[in-house]
Amino acid sequence: MITAERKPMEDLIKFVSPYRRILLVGCNECVTVCSAGGRKEVALLSSALQMHFMKEGKPFEIKEMTLERQCDPEYVEELVPYIDQVDAVLSMSCGCGVQEIARRFKEKPVLPAVNTKFMGASERQGVWAERCVGCGDCGLARTAGICPIARCSKQLLNGPCGGSTRGKCEVDPDIDCAWQLIWDRLKALGMTDKYEENLPAKDWRPARGAGPRKIVREDLAS
Amino acid sequence: MKTESTLEKILASGQLAVTSECGPPRGALPSKVQEKAEMLRGCVDAVNVTDNQTAMVRMSSLAACILIKQMGLNPLLQMVTRDRNRLAMQSDIIGAYSHGINTMLCLSGDHPHFGDHPGAAAVHDIDSIQAVEMVKKMRDEGLFQGGQKIDGPPKMFIGAAANPFADPFELRVARLAKKVKAGVDFIQTQCIYNVDKFEKWMEGVRERGLHEKVYILAGITPMKSAGMAKYMKNKVPGMDVPDDVVKRISGVPKENQAEEGIKMCLETIDRLKNVKGVAGFHIMAIEWEHKVPEIVERAGFLPRPSF
Ligand code: SF4
Ligand code: SF4
Repeated sequence: MITAERKPMEDLIKFVSPYRRILLVGCNECVTVCSAGGRKEVALLSSALQMHFMKEGKPFEIKEMTLERQCDPEYVEELVPYIDQVDAVLSMSCGCGVQEIARRFKEKPVLPAVNTKFMGASERQGVWAERCVGCGDCGLARTAGICPIARCSKQLLNGPCGGSTRGKCEVDPDIDCAWQLIWDRLKALGMTDKYEENLPAKDWRPARGAGPRKIVREDLAS
Repeated sequence: MKTESTLEKILASGQLAVTSECGPPRGALPSKVQEKAEMLRGCVDAVNVTDNQTAMVRMSSLAACILIKQMGLNPLLQMVTRDRNRLAMQSDIIGAYSHGINTMLCLSGDHPHFGDHPGAAAVHDIDSIQAVEMVKKMRDEGLFQGGQKIDGPPKMFIGAAANPFADPFELRVARLAKKVKAGVDFIQTQCIYNVDKFEKWMEGVRERGLHEKVYILAGITPMKSAGMAKYMKNKVPGMDVPDDVVKRISGVPKENQAEEGIKMCLETIDRLKNVKGVAGFHIMAIEWEHKVPEIVERAGFLPRPSF
């Protein structure tokens, strides 16, 4: 999933200060799962903002909504009845949702309430870690199911570097060395021979090397 | 002979090669490069010129190599994959060769996190092994990485680094095999303090016959002080400094520690001279370049062969 973290309160206050009426929009997908921008976080942020402006004695109205999926035009359409009653939208979805709102409502300011982080997985309760950077040409079959592009600090396709220490990355002892993980799994799979196949220089075009990407499925496209 | 490189000629002749390094200055003063390089005249076969080492901005390796070449010495161009994509690397390689620089070292480089621009993006378009493949293709096939023909291909003698002490130890020989497969000509290793472990690695190297396919230069860095030994042990990733090394240098009075450090590195050189597959030494005296001639002399490597 896509992970995110809410921006600091003072940033959000600065964002909404120029406006009197705000539509605060959460999303029921990834940001709900990582507790950054679901229904619950929308309610919390809404009261925090109201409290702040009440203390300041500034008139402030906020309407809360949480869409099924903010990156999907079908659901963004649900905002239509409310959009004219607000001065700006504060979105708690990932950057994709924020941009869907910007695309649909051309004359309404939209502000991001979260920092979109990465595509990752939950390692344990409350901990998420990066797993994939969407390189567009998945090579996990060649690296024992562990991605060196997303998980090696130097994205080495032929690691490990000389700084790998006791399973940890030289950059930070809290990061597992991706190449230690790959090696351990190759061993467990009885495939250590595979390690010596040199992976060639990557073609980055399927990543972002050929500009912003798009998928067109002729069978589905309308 | 694949190239005109003096280092290649000396290694091919079967004599132990000696290299050292010169870290370019953090500014535009050519004299700083020249002074450092001058100390190495006549006592080494090639002078490694580091490329933004420890991820700190310095005069470019290429520019400093040219200055050193103009002095009549043999510079060795270091190039990290951290700061350049494949286009920039190849243009620097042909540019270097156009100035007669014919020996280089392909590295991935320290992470920007450790340097003075921690907010910089690391490029890593290709890795060090792919860089070796690229330089070899440029030399042997006369082709750019992208497949187009080069008009006047650069004939580089190609080096890479190896750290026998990093983890997991059990794949360190296999990683060297990958570099050999990529086409590397010579290796300069991480500084060796744990000689037993290095010898064990060399055993693995010989078992696979890799020492016959690549020249291995053993990395040597003299300790200046007990403080440096402790720092290297605890703070430098991938460095293996055994306790008895720290104990020995800490055991002598401060004013004698530098001499003790030199003695220790000479003992290491002496021991490694007899290890089959060691083709030479890479002496990295960090900010202590003026000691290199003394070390080379006391190790019995003078005079250097000339070609
Ligand atoms: S190889 Fe590419 S697509 Fe596959 S996990 Fe890594 S970044 Fe994602
Ligand atoms: S220590 Fe491991 S994860 Fe970190 S940069 Fe080196 S190879 Fe990559």
